[in-house]
Amino acid sequence: MRRPFSYKLNIFLFLLPALILFLGVLIAPIAMSGYYSLTEWNGLGTPEFIGFQNYVELFTSKSINIMRALKNVMLLALLSVCIQLPFALLLALKLSQHVKGERWYLAIYFMPVLISSVVIGQLWIKIYNPEYGVLNTLLRSLGLDSWTRIWLGDKNVAMGACLVPILWQYVGYHMLLMYAGIKGMPPELNEAAMLDGCTPGQVSRYITIPYIRPILRVSVIFAVTGSLKSFDMIYVLTNGGPNHATEVPSTLMINLLFLRNRYGMGSTIAVMLIVLCFVFALLINFAFKEEK
Amino acid sequence: MTRTKINQSDIPVAQQHRFKWTDVLVQIGLILWALICLFPVYWMFTFSLKSNEEIFGQNVMGLPQHWLWSNYERALNVGNMGRYFFNSLLVTVVTILITLGAAIMATYAITRLKWKFHKKMNAFFMLGLTIPIHAAIVPLYTTLSRVGLLNTYWALIIPYSAFSLSMAILICTGFMGDIPYDLDEAAFLDGCGVWGIFCRVILPLMLPAVSTVGIYTFLQCWNELMFATVFISKDAFKTLPVGVQSLSGQYTTEWGPIGAALALATIPTLIVYVFLSKQIQESFIAGAVKG
Repeated sequence: MRRPFSYKLNIFLFLLPALILFLGVLIAPIAMSGYYSLTEWNGLGTPEFIGFQNYVELFTSKSINIMRALKNVMLLALLSVCIQLPFALLLALKLSQHVKGERWYLAIYFMPVLISSVVIGQLWIKIYNPEYGVLNTLLRSLGLDSWTRIWLGDKNVAMGACLVPILWQYVGYHMLLMYAGIKGMPPELNEAAMLDGCTPGQVSRYITIPYIRPILRVSVIFAVTGSLKSFDMIYVLTNGGPNHATEVPSTLMINLLFLRNRYGMGSTIAVMLIVLCFVFALLINFAFKEEK
Repeated sequence: MTRTKINQSDIPVAQQHRFKWTDVLVQIGLILWALICLFPVYWMFTFSLKSNEEIFGQNVMGLPQHWLWSNYERALNVGNMGRYFFNSLLVTVVTILITLGAAIMATYAITRLKWKFHKKMNAFFMLGLTIPIHAAIVPLYTTLSRVGLLNTYWALIIPYSAFSLSMAILICTGFMGDIPYDLDEAAFLDGCGVWGIFCRVILPLMLPAVSTVGIYTFLQCWNELMFATVFISKDAFKTLPVGVQSLSGQYTTEWGPIGAALALATIPTLIVYVFLSKQIQESFIAGAVKG
């Protein structure tokens, strides 16, 4: 059936607001970021095209030291996948086995996800406060004075001190996804396994976990790409200090942009991050398919 | 899209009634983690009501001995928290309205109207789910500054709406799929055009989507930090996260008022969570299921 012109026009009109926003604020800027990453630009005047020099400088410059920043986020990603996710899975499995107060636990565990990272960061700054903070006070009261540290000011422990709140905050998020996945299982699966004499542990291992595999894949992707992009908590806790020990790519990017006016180099880091996230998402997808 | 419902009363497990030590251990473990999750918030509320003497003295973790409500007064008056609060609210509400409007219209065109490339268009919008905000920050900053929109509400509203759009379309697609096509046809036979069907049939039935999209967008905007720090430097336009952050930088030694400021920034989220915890959890799940 031939549609009149006005019909097509209407389709276009319905799409128009979304398209303007989407093209103007997401798609066009990505292309511009790609271009800026090939230029030297201080934000004023016109960008000067310099080819791939920014990329070369990014990976060789001692003062930017991107490798340290990448090492920090890779550590975060690793801990996230090896500690945070298994712990979240454990909680989800336990909660879905009809423990008392299931909904309360769920609500409480998820709460930190909703609170602003600024608030959580500020609270942890106070928890880590060397003189009056809860952590050092607790250690002193246990007679462990030698364990007390200037947690966020000592370059040997600062990164560790930053990792704890980040990992802590998002346990609830992954737990919720996994829990929802488990609750979405057809109950016959569990019942059949139980009738066959499986212990709850065996049911989890051989029925539940394979069933929620697609959700585990999403969790791993979120955990890894989220780590690569992490910004808020580090910005609040240390902003990359002390002596750049806790620098991550995002803080490097922001500081290059707004402290040194290096818009070209800032874009280079942004492009690197996007590519990294994309590559890791593909790799994780691939890994989850292979094992099947 | 299938929305996963969380049901409390699924299957009762056969061995529920026997008392086992492992169950006790599990409960202890669960309670311990719950305390760890609650502690920072508990601590925030208690020290927001204490004087420096109490916080730095013997009463580091206990309930406040003298409830010092004046901390809240100071956070609101001296710390400008009222202003930041208003800014956050305004930015969030306008963002939700724009996102919803654009998303419902686009979803209608994609799922209800017949045309060639509607699937491709949907896939195109879904690209937005994977794009990190880093990708746009430099061009947005330079463009906003060129057109003189830095340090205005629009500097946040426009990017927030754009970055919430993909998720909003995804959620709306699920809800709109639940509306039977018969209704469209009946309205068509009654003489409604596409706009008539949209306004009289679809919009009223999309109310459930409004709450899910609204909640999701609210949580994204209320806590957003990167755009807000970069695009806003004037006090008059700062949102809560940036405001609280700069406040804490200025008054490092006065923990009480800072605690009050942190509490004020958190209370709205907690109130929303208390009343809508199920919808909030479902909106997060809906966001991840598609992945």
